[in-house]
Amino acid sequence: MAENYLDERGRIFDIQRYSIHDGSGIRTIVFLKGCVLRCKWCCNPESQEYKIQTMTVQGKEKTVGQDITVREVLEIVERDRTYYRRSNGGMTLSGGESLCQPAFCEALLRGAKEHGLTTAMESMACAEWSVIEKILPYLDTYLMDIKHTDPEKHRRFTGRSNELMLENAKKVAASGLTELIVRVPVVPTFNCTQPEIESIARFAASLPGVKKMHLLPYHRLGQDKYDGLGRKYELADILPPDNETMDRLAAAARRVSGLDVQIGG
Amino acid sequence: MAKFFAETIGKNSRIDRLKDDLFRKMPEIESARARLLTESYRQTEGEPVILRRAKAFLHILQNIPIIIRDGELVVGSTTLAPRGCQTYPEFSYEWLEAEFDTVATRSADPFYISDAAKKEIAEADTYWKGKTTSELATAYMAPEARRAIEHNIFTPGNYFYNGVGHVTVHYDWVLAVGFSGIAERAKTALDACKVSDADYARRSRFLQAVLISCEAAIVYAKRYAALAKELAQKETNADRRKELLTIAENCEHVPEHGARSFWEACQAFWFVQQLLQIESSGHSISPGRFDQYMYPYYKKDLDEGRITREFTQELIDCIWIKLNDLNKCRDAASAEGFAGYSLFQNLIVGGQNAEGLDVTNDLSYMCLTASMHVMLPQPSLSIRVWNGSPHELLIHAAEVTRTGVGLPAYYNDEVIIPSLMSRGLTLQDAREYNIIGCVEPQKAGKTEGWHDAAFFNMCRPLELVFSDGMDKGELVGIHTGDVTKFKTFEEFYDAYKAQMEYAISLLVNADNAIDVAHAERCPLPFLSCMIEDCIGRGKTVQEGGAVYNFTGPQGFGIANMADSLYAIKTLVFDEKKVTLEEYRRALAENYGKGLPASEVEYILSEVVKDLRRAGKRIDESGIAAAAKTLMAPTNKYDKLLAMIDAVPKFGNDIEEVDAFARDVAYTYTRPLEKHKNPRGGQFQAGLYPVSANVPLGAQTGATPDGRLAGKPVADGVSPSAGKDTHGPTATANSVSRLDHFIASNGTLFNQKFHPSALSGRKGLENFVALIRSYFDQKGSHMQFNVVSRETLLDAQKHPENYKHLVVRVAGYSALFTTLSRSLQDDIINRTEQQGM
Repeated sequence: MAENYLDERGRIFDIQRYSIHDGSGIRTIVFLKGCVLRCKWCCNPESQEYKIQTMTVQGKEKTVGQDITVREVLEIVERDRTYYRRSNGGMTLSGGESLCQPAFCEALLRGAKEHGLTTAMESMACAEWSVIEKILPYLDTYLMDIKHTDPEKHRRFTGRSNELMLENAKKVAASGLTELIVRVPVVPTFNCTQPEIESIARFAASLPGVKKMHLLPYHRLGQDKYDGLGRKYELADILPPDNETMDRLAAAARRVSGLDVQIGG
Repeated sequence: MAKFFAETIGKNSRIDRLKDDLFRKMPEIESARARLLTESYRQTEGEPVILRRAKAFLHILQNIPIIIRDGELVVGSTTLAPRGCQTYPEFSYEWLEAEFDTVATRSADPFYISDAAKKEIAEADTYWKGKTTSELATAYMAPEARRAIEHNIFTPGNYFYNGVGHVTVHYDWVLAVGFSGIAERAKTALDACKVSDADYARRSRFLQAVLISCEAAIVYAKRYAALAKELAQKETNADRRKELLTIAENCEHVPEHGARSFWEACQAFWFVQQLLQIESSGHSISPGRFDQYMYPYYKKDLDEGRITREFTQELIDCIWIKLNDLNKCRDAASAEGFAGYSLFQNLIVGGQNAEGLDVTNDLSYMCLTASMHVMLPQPSLSIRVWNGSPHELLIHAAEVTRTGVGLPAYYNDEVIIPSLMSRGLTLQDAREYNIIGCVEPQKAGKTEGWHDAAFFNMCRPLELVFSDGMDKGELVGIHTGDVTKFKTFEEFYDAYKAQMEYAISLLVNADNAIDVAHAERCPLPFLSCMIEDCIGRGKTVQEGGAVYNFTGPQGFGIANMADSLYAIKTLVFDEKKVTLEEYRRALAENYGKGLPASEVEYILSEVVKDLRRAGKRIDESGIAAAAKTLMAPTNKYDKLLAMIDAVPKFGNDIEEVDAFARDVAYTYTRPLEKHKNPRGGQFQAGLYPVSANVPLGAQTGATPDGRLAGKPVADGVSPSAGKDTHGPTATANSVSRLDHFIASNGTLFNQKFHPSALSGRKGLENFVALIRSYFDQKGSHMQFNVVSRETLLDAQKHPENYKHLVVRVAGYSALFTTLSRSLQDDIINRTEQQGM
């Protein structure tokens, strides 16, 4: 990678400070724009398109998407260093799918590591292995989304099959370079049944080194954004899973995998 | 050392019973104190005032009705009715008579008062005309200071109408040697007086007054001993009979002598705490470092196998209940400013000893647990945090915060200790600080801090810049020139500083006048016998008997002034988008959003006067039409409001704006610290509002930061509500850039969290990390409201379901449903910081 990697530019749609549910401690999340999937439940629909968009928020038009250098991002991340130090926090990349901007993603993680910050990334691992391989040395925690083990159902709800991602999950685990945590969005009608969650849990347990699994209950907080983008929200009729369902699924996942399974991040 | 990881003790069922009894009915005003005080004063006419005070105290304690409530382990009640209050006509009385018929129905802190009590109080009041501290203070005040008060530039209402309080005494002395031991010291000092000494008259009478006061406390306790014995004889339940007999034994021995057990120590502590609040109506009588001075008695009992941790917890819980049994009725306006029936009895745990070692102990944890058991606003629980604080103590504190009780407040030793030293405290004394009332640090037993000396509204001097010192037709500030002629921001800022300095000098005049009035009319011998070095110096704290003397009036509205001045600098002088003339007009017209009715009334009355003078006829329908026009909203300033909105605001982690805010705070803190008080001490600033940011905001016109007339001003050192939009870390970074060291009377930083941010061990860890990080950056104080918005909205709709709901208001917690509607709305609207 070029020595002036701090000047690498990329496209983000938000930076969120004081995030406490995506990785250890108090973190700053950088949301990269652009995604390979089109999950019907996506709570950040503005993350999907790479192009800069206009979204209506509370009656006002808002530009979504901003081109920014790694240096500029890190200056913002740096502002909360004292909180990271006290909480073992750091920077988390999210999206979209960060791997859609491979050079920017790599430069962000490298920049953070070289400045003594811990790094995490929320990602589906939906990219060529050569891209993932390059970032692993700079990544402390990989929060990997594994949504389903059935390729056909995966394709129907997200627009793509899951073979590449499952393959990459195995390779990331085998590399031993990063802590791999498996995250599952639990979405009624998609994967909110005991056999489906158990199947993912079994897969997670088969990955060497994986100790933790997060079940993230589906929520509707992103629904208004679909209206704001002039899109239709296809899951309008679905209710979030109740606490009892989540407890039951978590217990089932624990039983078949022996992993540390928690509800929420 | 203490067991830091000792099990948390569960709640005894007694505590809920005591709590339910406390809230059975509305608080009530009783008349016994007013009657007894006046009886005594009528008999001591012409004697030295200090002896009259002591004799009145004795007469009250010999005769005031006493009661032991069902199930109590620690006894001593100021009123027969739970959460009742007595009255204190020697400070002021007119307001209560004026409010006799409305006090039960007012929105903030209502009190029931019987016709019999009204009659008795009114009868006593006839004696007090012309004799109160309030009347004397008025007579001492400069006319321009009185005018500034009338025009709401500042309000010294607290001590103008009430006792001072705001003190922590040497509880440890009473626990160790009792009042007989203290009387012994006074006796020795008295014996050492020579009749030819220059100060013999005052010194000897003061020491005699101390002897009478000590006797009064002992007499009072013995009345309780007799009552407990009498109740024990009638008691059919054997367990309760045993308890009553022990209570009788305790009250027979303490506070006359030193405590022999932890239970006795609790009883002795309580009598001191309660009786200080019978001697004077001053609030914020703060127990301070309870976990420290009580510890030796606990340790001894524990080591000797005479007490269990369970019973220790139960006794502490009982004291927490008692602290909520005391109450105070304030005038309607003050009740808004101190809403929630709060007495601000601040009790602090953890921190260092004089040698700089951490002295957290088992009781520190139990005090936190007690607040979780009792779930009531008193005591105002605080915790000292420093680099050496045990992590588990902070986690336990965070668990209390998570309950939503609004406690504890967190204080930073690393700021407060050097800050107090800069005011002349020794390193050893500074290390042993505790907090008074809301957020005010001091050294216990050595300080008369006069904390909370006035509310100073930093927004009003800015209004005076726009009006060249005039307010409602009167010169209230100084002439700083025609605002529209200012050519540079420096000229404008200098004018603000000049208005500030002048207003501060008037505030000092008012406070000092009140200070002298207290020393002349209400010196307090009982309080003074527990403060160094009153016995040595032979005078009360009111006359300068304490080792450290301060006056600490609090400024508020920093965020509004920082944002206002920054907007003027940016829009008028840097970008030249708006002229000062346009700004002046926009402010005068409240940005076209309709003038408040009071303002309209004033303008029209002026117009009518002018017309009459000109000999013109006044047409009523014309006036009505004019009023309608003045109050009608327009959108002609919306562009200006949008421009103001786009200017960066304090609270968003922008160095330039935050540095500017720091400088604006200096316009209050720096001129103030130059002034001296009559007790030989200096003024020092606090930056906190209690809950006055709502009522005082109502008296403040539109401000250049886009805030409309009458809306609340910003709370403490927190950013203006809703203006901080980058989350709690960004807000905390901004606030930490203020100079918390110079505001040595305390700063207040409020954050509101959704409970989800504190869920699980991880939530607690992150929460503690947030506090630690703010303190790393030299913030001084932090407090939290953890209640969901939905809960608060529901509590507004169904107050009957939320009688016990406690929220953090400013420097203290209060029952949400007892707050006025506007303050409730303000709390709901404060930014809710969520873990995202």
